[in-house]
Amino acid sequence: MAANPSEIETLVQNRKYAAGFITDIESDSVPPGLSEDVVRLISARKQEPEWLLEFRLKAYRRWLTMREPRWAHVQYPKIDYQAISYYSAPKSMKDAPKSLDDVDPKLIETYNKLGIPLREQEMLAGVVPDRPQVAVDVVFDSVSVGTTFKKKLAEAGVIFCSISEAVREHPALVKQYLGTVVPFADNFYASLNSAVFTDGSFVFVPRGVRCPMELSTYFRINERNTGQFERTLIICEDDAHVSYLEGCTAPQRDENQLHAAVVELVALDRAEIKYSTVQNWYPGDENGVGGIYNFVTKRGDCRGVASKISWTQVETGSAVTWKYPSCILRGDDSVGEFYSVALTHHRQQADTGTKMIHLGRNTKSTIVSKGISAGHGQQAYRGLVRVGEKAEGARNHTQCDSLLIGSNCGAHTFPYTEVRNPTAIVEHEATTSKIGEDQLFYCRSRGIGEEDAVSMIVNGFCKDVFKELPMEFAVEAQKLLQVSLEGAVG
Amino acid sequence: MTKLLEIENLHARIGDNEILKGLDLSVGAGEIHAIMGPNGAGKSTLSKVLAGAEDYVVTSGTIRYQGQDIAEQSAEQRAAHGIFMGFQYPVEIPGVSNMMFLKAAVNAQRKERGEPEMAANDFLAWVRHRVKQMKMDPAMLSRGVNQGFSGGEKKRNEILQMLVLEPKLMVLDETDSGLDIDALKIVSDGINAMRSPERATILVTHYQRLLDYVQPDFVHVLAAGRIVKSGGPELARELEEKGYGWLQAA
Ligand SMILES: Nc1ncnc2c1ncn2[C@@H]1O[C@H](COP(=O)(O)OP(=O)(O)OP(=O)(O)O)[C@@H](O)[C@H]1O
Ligand SMILES: [Mg+2]
Repeated sequence: MAANPSEIETLVQNRKYAAGFITDIESDSVPPGLSEDVVRLISARKQEPEWLLEFRLKAYRRWLTMREPRWAHVQYPKIDYQAISYYSAPKSMKDAPKSLDDVDPKLIETYNKLGIPLREQEMLAGVVPDRPQVAVDVVFDSVSVGTTFKKKLAEAGVIFCSISEAVREHPALVKQYLGTVVPFADNFYASLNSAVFTDGSFVFVPRGVRCPMELSTYFRINERNTGQFERTLIICEDDAHVSYLEGCTAPQRDENQLHAAVVELVALDRAEIKYSTVQNWYPGDENGVGGIYNFVTKRGDCRGVASKISWTQVETGSAVTWKYPSCILRGDDSVGEFYSVALTHHRQQADTGTKMIHLGRNTKSTIVSKGISAGHGQQAYRGLVRVGEKAEGARNHTQCDSLLIGSNCGAHTFPYTEVRNPTAIVEHEATTSKIGEDQLFYCRSRGIGEEDAVSMIVNGFCKDVFKELPMEFAVEAQKLLQVSLEGAVG
Repeated sequence: MTKLLEIENLHARIGDNEILKGLDLSVGAGEIHAIMGPNGAGKSTLSKVLAGAEDYVVTSGTIRYQGQDIAEQSAEQRAAHGIFMGFQYPVEIPGVSNMMFLKAAVNAQRKERGEPEMAANDFLAWVRHRVKQMKMDPAMLSRGVNQGFSGGEKKRNEILQMLVLEPKLMVLDETDSGLDIDALKIVSDGINAMRSPERATILVTHYQRLLDYVQPDFVHVLAAGRIVKSGGPELARELEEKGYGWLQAA
């Protein structure tokens, strides 16, 4: 049968962005612009110790000498870094709330609208008793507005708080690990982040502890012309275990907003970190106006033997994405995994993938990447598998599939492999397919409407990744894809 | 009495290619019609046009189903009202389990007809019953729709879907092609099981052997976009013997 792409395209045209509302609260923002003074001011506002100010200043000075990377398969106008405000905090947060009761009710309302209950009793209300509890940290513009279930976590010995709080309460730990996975000079955006990061989450799971619940952080950019530069640091000591999820949304605005986060994970001997992301930043409208620029450096260090770091991401938002969650497999027998679903629609562009750096012996990595492009969306998978000289018996398997919806979108695959040990086995499989009229017609001839058929086919395509997500987030991710592909039929 | 299906002077094209050129066919409830004809004659085209494929344009003529002109009905509406097409080349949908697919189909059809969804347990029992009837391995239910199925397994899966959905008008496009001898028997049993005074079946086939198991009431020859000859079961045997050449010459 002849394909009739225009029809499928209309299906995915009218994507609605449900999280696009703006919260009207007074905020305390630093005027736009970046200089050493601004870096000092951020550090002072947060009453940081001297060593951290030094870290920021070193990063800032290095950043001044760096150039924005241009190798990615994305196009966007030059960003004016002097037009961005590097710090914005809701005003009522100025004296750091002691509990959620001190938090501006409008903020709580914002999160309720997003379906993220901030109060523990609300989280528990009406919930089946044996459903796993989820502790949530919430970052609004640049500031963490509260973490739930702290007490229960503390009893288990787990620290879960904002990174600002960690700097105050656990400075030795932060100092020991910050910047050890993503050095301040790593790349343009990581340096920028190191200079101006404002908040983010901190997790520390001590030796032998399995974190008793899922941990989760929700990020939201609200303020106009504000960049969000959060920094997340997760440490699992020997035999410790944690599953962590981040979710992101932003209001619908005409101008672009910059998000340049850094995430560092450290897994010691036999430790396991599972990091899941459901990213739904505002993607811009169908003409490509507005939306978030998402330039993120995420890296996990399997420092200990038999440690494991697993990245799972579902990316449906952002105007431009540049992101390669990576694993450094340093410890012998360590394992790195990357499971990704990325959807680009309208004028969205994504250049995403992963890096697996095999240094230790018998290290294993698995990459499953599912890219979906619709409308005029452009997507590139960029993956590096590097096997060092000493990585005897290293193995990698990469599966990289692209699904095209309509004929104006594109998918590109750039796999890089560098193998320096002859015993390594590196496998790569890639497919590109189209949702065909024939698949749609098959579903419709059985009574399944067009929209449901598209979302069913897409979900089927993503199945290998969804099954890696924690249960309740898998449901969330499926819904998100469905909404993202919602459109007017006929 | 109105016929279940009445096709009059049907013209349909794809792109600039006119495929159906004035086709007439009328099928009464309770009847089984076999359509045979040379490759490229338009048999699959007819099947897809009946099922509501939108890449074919009906340029003139009418299709009446249960007395109503269905020109304006979408494929999914036709399905909900009981038109089922068994595909000559069933499509694969990776990652969507057969079970999920069947459930989505059944419930979508019920919704369209204003009926409540089927209870999960009832549905499961119903599907299992049909799987057994088709002598299929129940494990296939958790596999992707036709994903990695052999040619014959795909055809059998078409009949399974038909049995689960219980349509009124079944248009089976070469369901017998690619089946081994045992599978042909099972598929034929499935088709016969659906035989009833309210239902009708159109079998598109190239071979007499299917018609040995499923006795047609009428046999038609479709050539160059039209029904050029109709008769009883004996016509199929005649065709098997002589081919189609003598018809075109006539
Ligand atoms: N997309 C298309 N564009 C142009 N011609 C087409 C297209 N699809 C089908 N056709 C033509 O329409 C004619 C009828 O095809 P159809 O599939 O209906 O034949 P058929 O009778 O089912 O044949 P077979 O016995 O081989 O299955 C063929 O000549 C075919 O090449
Ligand atoms: Mg055919």
